[in-house]
Amino acid sequence: MNWAAVLHLALMALWRNKSRAMLTTLGVIIGVASVIAMVSIGAGAQKRIAEQLESMGANTLVIRPGSVTRGGVRTGMGSVTSLMRTDAEAVRDITGVIAVSPAVRTSVQVRYRGANWGTVVEGVTPEYISVRNWPLTEGEFFTEQHVVSADHVCVLGQTVARELFGLASPIGETIVMKGVACQVRGILSVKGASAWGSDEDDRVVAPLTTVQRKIMGIDYVDSIEVQTAGREATYQVMGEVKKLLRQRHRLLEDQPDDFRVFNRAELAKTSEESAKVFTWLLGSIASVSLLVGGIGIMNIMLVSVTERTREIGIRMALGARRRDILWQFLLEALLLSAAGGVIGIFFGLGGAVLLSRFSEFPVSVTPWSIVLAFSFAALVGIFFGLHPARKASRLQPIEALRYE
Amino acid sequence: MTREIIKIEGLHKTYALDGVQVHALRGIDLVLEQGEYLAIMGPSGSGKSTLMNIIGCLDIADAGRYWLNGQDVTQLSGGQLAQIRNRELGFVFQNFNLLPRTTALENVETPLIYAGINKRERRSRSEEMLKLVGLGERLYHLPNQLSGGQQQRVAIARALVTQPSLLLADEPTGNMDSATSAELLTLLDKLNTEQGLTIALITHEADVAARAQRMVILRDGRLEASS
Repeated sequence: MNWAAVLHLALMALWRNKSRAMLTTLGVIIGVASVIAMVSIGAGAQKRIAEQLESMGANTLVIRPGSVTRGGVRTGMGSVTSLMRTDAEAVRDITGVIAVSPAVRTSVQVRYRGANWGTVVEGVTPEYISVRNWPLTEGEFFTEQHVVSADHVCVLGQTVARELFGLASPIGETIVMKGVACQVRGILSVKGASAWGSDEDDRVVAPLTTVQRKIMGIDYVDSIEVQTAGREATYQVMGEVKKLLRQRHRLLEDQPDDFRVFNRAELAKTSEESAKVFTWLLGSIASVSLLVGGIGIMNIMLVSVTERTREIGIRMALGARRRDILWQFLLEALLLSAAGGVIGIFFGLGGAVLLSRFSEFPVSVTPWSIVLAFSFAALVGIFFGLHPARKASRLQPIEALRYE
Repeated sequence: MTREIIKIEGLHKTYALDGVQVHALRGIDLVLEQGEYLAIMGPSGSGKSTLMNIIGCLDIADAGRYWLNGQDVTQLSGGQLAQIRNRELGFVFQNFNLLPRTTALENVETPLIYAGINKRERRSRSEEMLKLVGLGERLYHLPNQLSGGQQQRVAIARALVTQPSLLLADEPTGNMDSATSAELLTLLDKLNTEQGLTIALITHEADVAARAQRMVILRDGRLEASS
């Protein structure tokens, strides 16, 4: 008994019951297709979250002034003015740090001719663009020289540009914030909503010194954002930053930090974890339908064994051994599930593509989901095919022959 | 020189039917030599089918010995019995027992598949065999497109395609009118005389049994008289 012959027998048997075979396969097709489609949706969500975090600057640390206890009173976070621009300069020398962006911010009413708009002005250094991963669409950013001499220049976010200038180009125009007239040098690209739902494009960006001295009248900074070489480096840099700032702020052993360091990579990790759980959840729900498809195969194969009892008896009389019968029925089940698997892959891929085209869902087809769904389908075929096949092979030849 | 195809000594078989023990065979002794054409007669319930199943290696006796073509088959395993059925025996049943929705050619090819013969040889041997039984023009007909006589010829072709030592026919003409029946019996005669085929035929009809060279009668589980 060779394999080509068993395969031939199994194929012939399926061919004789074409419509039944196709209907049985349908269960597996739907199962495999839904596993692939669901996992693709999950993986798509995962990918989108990763991209969003990337655009936010995933490998960044944010240093803010912390609370401090004076005479038993603990002040709120950010209530101390311990961070200085010199701190930022010192942090830049830590290995693993790529760029450092100290910043101050305050809300202002911006005027341009007759129009005015309430927004936030941020005072930063040119490294802001690198740290925030935020290119310009028009014009250019201010330079280090502008910061040194506290020049009256600025860059607008998309929202501010639209509210004040409409369709006209703001480049070279002058806007006024708290009595300070600044020339617009460029426009930032669209960032959209932040992870917390606020409009990232609703801002004006000006040199740090200009905002500090001329608009706010302060000498400290509100935050220092630190871009690191990579996710791994971030943790190491975080420790170094803490050590350095304690030293610079001359804190004693028993005094708490007067600053806080936040890790955006940590946030990224949490979001990615939850997206992964989401993918597994969708995948396992879809797997249930694949399991149901497998039970459908077992059901039909059991009916088939009963219906073909006499055929089995004839085959045994003609010299089929028990294992020949076993393999024929097992192979029939396996062929049904494998065919369902292959067709299901196409439907799953098609469904994923259609979904991404006609809906807001980001879809990402992963090879492992295809491999997983197909092998699961094949396993289902073997598992649910084994019982009917054993039943068939254990029939007694004379009883099977007499079966009406 | 003659060779014993079947040699049976003291065969007993008891089976339970609806909880009642039926002693179907009560000590059978039988010898069938190569080229012989034997008819086993008997009324219904005499144990014919039981004997047929044991001779056909579809069932195993409780006691006694049975040599088929010199081999003691009472000692064989299920797999070995399947091999014996495949190589040494050809079956022809009353109700034809062709595989449904399967062409005449594929029906005849089936035992060759289990014998591990390759596709090309299967095809040529099966075509040849169908031509021999006069169905060379109906290779691709399905059983339900053939008459009863034609279906039984397909069954004979299928039984003989493996070149067995013995053809076992169980009431082969039971479902046929007398003309078709006569035609089929003529075919068996021809196979016996021209090809030297050894045949054991079971029937309850005396005129069918009369075609054989030798006849034994089974009654109440014993072979009563032979002629």
